[in-house]
Amino acid sequence: MSGTKLIISHAPHIKGFGSVPGMMYGVILALLPASLAGVIFFGLPALMVIATCVVTAVVTEWLMCLLMKKENTVMDGSAAITGLLLALTISPLMPLYMAAIGSVVAIAIGKVLFGGLGYNIFNPALVGRGFLVASFPTFMKTWKFLDATTTATPLTLWKFGGEGTPLIKLFIGNVGGCIGETSALALLIGGAFLIFAKIIDWRMPAAYVGTVAALGGILWLIDPAKYPGPLFQVLAGGLLIGAFFMATDLVTTPVTRLGTWIFGIGAGIIVIVIRAWGGLPEGVMFSILLMNALTPLINRYTRPKIFGKGKKK
Amino acid sequence: MLKFKGSTKMKTFKQGIHPHDFKEKTEHLPIKKSQPPQKVVIPLSQHLGAPCEPLVKAGDEVKLGQKIGDSKSKISAPVHASVSGKVMSVDNAIVIQSDAQNTPDPSMKPHGELNSLSAEKIRSIVREAGIVGMGGAAFPTAFKISPPADKPIDTVIINGCECEPYITADHRMMLEMPDEIVAGAQAIQKAVGARNLIIGIEANKPDAIEVMRQKRVEVVRVKPKYPQGGEKLLIKAVLDREVPSGGLPLDVGVVVSNVATAIAVNTAIRSGLPLIERVLTVTGNGVKQPQNLLVRIGTTFADVISQCEGLTEDAAKVIMGGPMMGVTQDTLDVPVVKATSSILVLTRSEAKEEKVYPCVKCGRCVDHCPMFLVPTRLASYAEHDVNDEFDDWGGMDCIECGSCSYVCPANIPLVHWIKYGKMKMRQSAK
Repeated sequence: MSGTKLIISHAPHIKGFGSVPGMMYGVILALLPASLAGVIFFGLPALMVIATCVVTAVVTEWLMCLLMKKENTVMDGSAAITGLLLALTISPLMPLYMAAIGSVVAIAIGKVLFGGLGYNIFNPALVGRGFLVASFPTFMKTWKFLDATTTATPLTLWKFGGEGTPLIKLFIGNVGGCIGETSALALLIGGAFLIFAKIIDWRMPAAYVGTVAALGGILWLIDPAKYPGPLFQVLAGGLLIGAFFMATDLVTTPVTRLGTWIFGIGAGIIVIVIRAWGGLPEGVMFSILLMNALTPLINRYTRPKIFGKGKKK
Repeated sequence: MLKFKGSTKMKTFKQGIHPHDFKEKTEHLPIKKSQPPQKVVIPLSQHLGAPCEPLVKAGDEVKLGQKIGDSKSKISAPVHASVSGKVMSVDNAIVIQSDAQNTPDPSMKPHGELNSLSAEKIRSIVREAGIVGMGGAAFPTAFKISPPADKPIDTVIINGCECEPYITADHRMMLEMPDEIVAGAQAIQKAVGARNLIIGIEANKPDAIEVMRQKRVEVVRVKPKYPQGGEKLLIKAVLDREVPSGGLPLDVGVVVSNVATAIAVNTAIRSGLPLIERVLTVTGNGVKQPQNLLVRIGTTFADVISQCEGLTEDAAKVIMGGPMMGVTQDTLDVPVVKATSSILVLTRSEAKEEKVYPCVKCGRCVDHCPMFLVPTRLASYAEHDVNDEFDDWGGMDCIECGSCSYVCPANIPLVHWIKYGKMKMRQSAK
């Protein structure tokens, strides 16, 4: 004791496992296999894009905290995630200055202007990506391999050329696409880790991927010549990175279990609608952003039935 | 082997948390009678409800067990001298200097066999003995066992869960005083006219379950999970009945009493001794010699801790009650009161303050709230004085168990804000 004052605090006086930075660094760890796969398949340009996005995101947040005279929040790890996620969802051919602009927009407009971590409505990485898609559309459409052959993504090949891609290639990842979307295997490893570490709720990827597979399957049964099979729908494009790493973003998705199901199913429906009938080959980004916008409403209308209260209000 | 129903499958409630129980320090230590204190401090309000008026003044001589404070209010419980001696001062608490004689008050006498007592008589004995719920809530027991005629009670549940980490007082009482528990429980059962008597015990106390089963009472083994000892959740687990929002256990035909309360009822009937002592657990890494002690009400924490070889060098936080719901104390001069189930002392490293982050809407609090509330939203409403929404989202249904704060990765003091919101609601209702 030695005469010092006793500490006064409110209950509880013990804490469970887990912290905000711990969860954030867990997500970064889970993104490493997909990042590695991107670098393996797309080489040095991919690594440069990743480095640019992450560094720009972190520096942007640090500068904005400084400018707004707010506590420096860089160390919580969330800015680095935004940068990394943005890098993984753009083309390895993207000029670095464009990647940097995307990163600045993601952090500055997507996150800090809303009030910083916890207050943003939309997934910041997708805000940055949306900005890049609108501003530099050509660079979001071309893809290149190590051997310098350029190619379209499997979804584009299917939609605008009716050409299939072997499922095994999609699974391993040696296909055209964004840096982190290419290897389903790497994304599944990271996603499994997040579920196992209880950082994300398994319900979200289950609802999202499940809906895409189910609806994709129905379309394929109706007209196999026109629509790809359900496995192709799941493995091609950005669905898996979206389902495990973006629809599971804590801040911009519902807090209730029922809300999580609704978000996942809703996003899945939007993906299929865009892929099947929309003007774009891919709909993951829009599906998540749209559901982000609905999240406050979902939270409000999926409140759990309170213990001891008869009917849900 | 499986003679009693419900013995194979553990019953429970939904959600809640699984904190480490930290009970290993004291669960095997028999209850030790502490040395009688030289001075006791007896607060006039040790219960929910109206505080007592003092019946003595400074300079008076009092005897052991003498009533020294009472109230005419229906929801109240008198207080008694826990030593014989001289009243030093009367303020919010009555301070008595002991004469070390323990001269009993002549009014204390056995009330005879339970068979010979009417329900009304049992209630008046319990009332006069100043018995309150000893699990922590300190609700006056006499009022609890006086159900209105339109609310028939069919079941008395004796609460032997002791779901708060660290505390082992109830566990030891079940092992060492099972007959007293059963006798007290039967008295409560008779007072409320209940057909059934059930003891709910968490499965992490198999020895207590075994001992109580040998006493031929129905034991329901419940899953070790916090806050299983909350009476609404115990009723849910044992009987699958939901106490309505804003209601009491008697609305679903149940009265819940803690094992220590049952013992106090039995003591009052058998010997006439009012509630002047209780068993508590003194524990934590900040205490040199953790123990389960039988302590006179009014003994100061300093006195109790000195009987446990004192505090360690790095002791930093002293808590009355358990680590989930207990209240920190800024001095060791505070007394043990009727609801003090534990004195827990944490060390500097255990009491370290964690950095608070903004809510990241992870939903863990929602997933663990045993009352199915949305704590993050309630805390925010409370913090920003949005009283209507706080009420609409069920803020008043919070049982203040602290599970939300426990799981929050952002270290937001959720339950603290919700308690604050409830307080504001009660104030604005006045």
